[in-house]
Amino acid sequence: MIIPPSSPHIAGPNSVQTVMLLVLLALLPGTMLGIYQFGWPALFLFLITTSSAVLFEAASLKIAGKPVAPYCMDFSALLTGWLLAMTLPPWSPWWIGVLGSFCAIVIGKQVFGGIGQNLFNPAMLARTILLVSYPLQMTTWISPHPFGSPQSPDAAAGWSITTGGIPDLDAVSSASVLGHVRTDLGMGKLLPDILGPIYHPLASAVGTVSGSLGETSAFLFLLGGLFLLAKKIITWHIPLAMLVTVALLATVFSLSNPDHYAGPLYHLLNGGLMLGAFFIATDPVSSPVSAAGKLVFGAGCGVLLFIIRNWGGYPEGMAFAVLLMNAATPLIDHYIKPRIYGHQGTRIGEFFRRQRRGA
Amino acid sequence: MAGYPIRGGVHPDERKLTREITIMRVPTPRRLYLPLKQHIGAPAKPCRVPGEIIHKGALLARSQGNVSAHIHAPCSGHVEDIVHWPAPHPSGLPTKVMVVVNDGKEICEDVSVPVNPFYLRPEVIAERVGLSGIVGLGGATFPAAVKLTLGQSHKTPILIINGCECEPYLTCDDRLMQERTHDVLDGVRILSQALAGPETIIAIEANKPDAIRLMEEAASHYGNIRVMAVPTRYPMGSEKQLIEFVTGRQVPVGKLSADIGVMLHNIATAYAVNRAVREGKPLTSRIVTVSGGAVQRPGNYEVPVGMLISDLLEFCGLKEEPARLIMGGPMMGQAIPHARIPVTKGCNGVLAMSAAEVARRVEHPCIRCASCVDACPIGLSPLTMSAFLKNDKLDAAVDIGLRDCILCGSCSFACPSGIPLAHYFNYGKGELISRAQQQQKDDEIKRLIQDRQVRMERLEKEREEAMARRKAEIAARKAAQAEKEKAAEGGADKAAEAEKAVA
Repeated sequence: MIIPPSSPHIAGPNSVQTVMLLVLLALLPGTMLGIYQFGWPALFLFLITTSSAVLFEAASLKIAGKPVAPYCMDFSALLTGWLLAMTLPPWSPWWIGVLGSFCAIVIGKQVFGGIGQNLFNPAMLARTILLVSYPLQMTTWISPHPFGSPQSPDAAAGWSITTGGIPDLDAVSSASVLGHVRTDLGMGKLLPDILGPIYHPLASAVGTVSGSLGETSAFLFLLGGLFLLAKKIITWHIPLAMLVTVALLATVFSLSNPDHYAGPLYHLLNGGLMLGAFFIATDPVSSPVSAAGKLVFGAGCGVLLFIIRNWGGYPEGMAFAVLLMNAATPLIDHYIKPRIYGHQGTRIGEFFRRQRRGA
Repeated sequence: MAGYPIRGGVHPDERKLTREITIMRVPTPRRLYLPLKQHIGAPAKPCRVPGEIIHKGALLARSQGNVSAHIHAPCSGHVEDIVHWPAPHPSGLPTKVMVVVNDGKEICEDVSVPVNPFYLRPEVIAERVGLSGIVGLGGATFPAAVKLTLGQSHKTPILIINGCECEPYLTCDDRLMQERTHDVLDGVRILSQALAGPETIIAIEANKPDAIRLMEEAASHYGNIRVMAVPTRYPMGSEKQLIEFVTGRQVPVGKLSADIGVMLHNIATAYAVNRAVREGKPLTSRIVTVSGGAVQRPGNYEVPVGMLISDLLEFCGLKEEPARLIMGGPMMGQAIPHARIPVTKGCNGVLAMSAAEVARRVEHPCIRCASCVDACPIGLSPLTMSAFLKNDKLDAAVDIGLRDCILCGSCSFACPSGIPLAHYFNYGKGELISRAQQQQKDDEIKRLIQDRQVRMERLEKEREEAMARRKAEIAARKAAQAEKEKAAEGGADKAAEAEKAVA
């Protein structure tokens, strides 16, 4: 006798594992470029962060009495660690990576009850904790030192940077474009004068600039995001709403005062916006479920990002913007739901339906 | 007309293995097992006794109540017994079944048929459809005559004929439209006639180009009938979704499609209606797609109703022990515990799936990816609803739309975590039903108790009244006696004796 299970008897192609793997695949080109850019120390930090994330996950699962292997094999911890590594200064000491992973996996995720239960994006939570606790380490940016270039440290030197710190900081450090602009604007300089020598749109797009691994190549992350869209792992709502909001605000403000506010292209290409819009804000666990809710969420992230970049205390506000909107997600989900078939629905929805029907 | 977009849906692998295989008649086996309930509504009541000789097409069981359907003999022979037999349901719990022994002579019942069915009045068509025991053959098994009468009592300007067949594997409707195009179209015309000539749209999914072409050719002679190719997407063949796609309107919650002037019938129902009205043949057989990786000769078979699935699978051959047996399609069909279950009127497919085809079901925690929200054709939040149901919050689940769920299974299909969402909703709906039944029971008990109380009060009151009357009588008597005593002091002894005798 066969025990009859319930319908449907067939299932779609996706599993949590394949979803996570595709996201990792989409991240790979940008990550590789970033690691190439900053050499051995970046690679070591990346490996330490990701592996410690997986270890913390395994340990937490063990303590919680959950099956370790199947949950670890869904690659969610690897992805969290990976995303965290993307947001760290590439030559940070090893303990930043380990501590970050601890914050992300244990405090950000497992304390809430594991995968799917966390309110905040674990990687962003960890980055924020690190940034607030270790402002010096978390804002030490270095200029690109690609593999093979004369300034690039070899493996041994790289390892000593990761374990013991950067020997000659002044020789290698370089603020990110966003940081640079922010400092100089604070000193009363005009934007066109600041941007002239440091900002080249092409360099920002390709990624030969200083910053974290995820702040380098806007182009490759855009490409990865489009890949995820094509694979239907993410929907267009959050990234588009976010990018359009930022671009719109930037256009309006730069037109009103070009000496103080940069244009849309500058905002889109610099910092972690592309990574954030396609890989971080779209984290399914901590973002709304409905399409309209996702639009609100994305637009909210965009507005907050723009506010923090221009008027906040930090040059980049991706993590804060995402965390704040994460906190708003339950509220968005409560108020913005799809209309149920045959029910009246809201008046706005009714208006759009009538428009579409052409009646 | 391009149609109006519908929400959600999924694209399962079509796996229509039997697309090219022509319909083949299956020989009637020695015994047929006809459940008395093969439709929505009350079970039919047997009108033959065991041992009675019957002809093919004879009425075996009469419909009971407003929503029910007749059951006819698919063969000639005799009624052997009325027994309890596993029902076509995952539980396999017993249901009443009429066992008919086939004598192989195929002696048919005499029938009278109209010369021209298009000269019949609409009521008569509905009556003939009802007498033939036709139910919705798409799987819902709602009695077709009841639906037609409903359509006649409402103004029904649109008739949609559902030839979508959006379930994977199934090809019986596709083959029917290709091979018996004119019979199907005549059925459509008769249905249209029964509703006084509404605009008739035959909706066929775009993955059946041959059926679309043939039906278009056949329909081109009739002004009010046209064929509409609809996009291939599950659950396009669901009543609500198809109505929205064709008309752009949604059936309001709590209303019937007839309330917005739309009637929907399945293509196989149209075919059965044609046979019933034109040839006087009741519904005793249907086309069944037998498919799945474990079947040796998959195909589209014309199967007598009541044939055991084990007999059918024996006829088609099995390559291996099936990992799962399904009645219907893989998305909404029911898994059955064993094959000793009869084919019923609503059974459009029998799938013997191999282990490789059956969905893996390793449940992971929900990652809120919203695949289910995007897949839901109704616009529900399956993830939230299932979370409520898991925590036994039935009311909260009802508040966010459990009653609106059509159990299409798109959410379970789309879920990357392998959560059996539709299963939770099925459970929730079952709970709602049992709760309603319990409520009814409680109300009934309450009513009985109240009645009893009223009765007891009345009795008490009557008793008190009787007692009061008797007291009054006694008092009156005593008073009379006292007077008598006063009046006749002398004869006191005698009077007392008389009094005793009275008491």
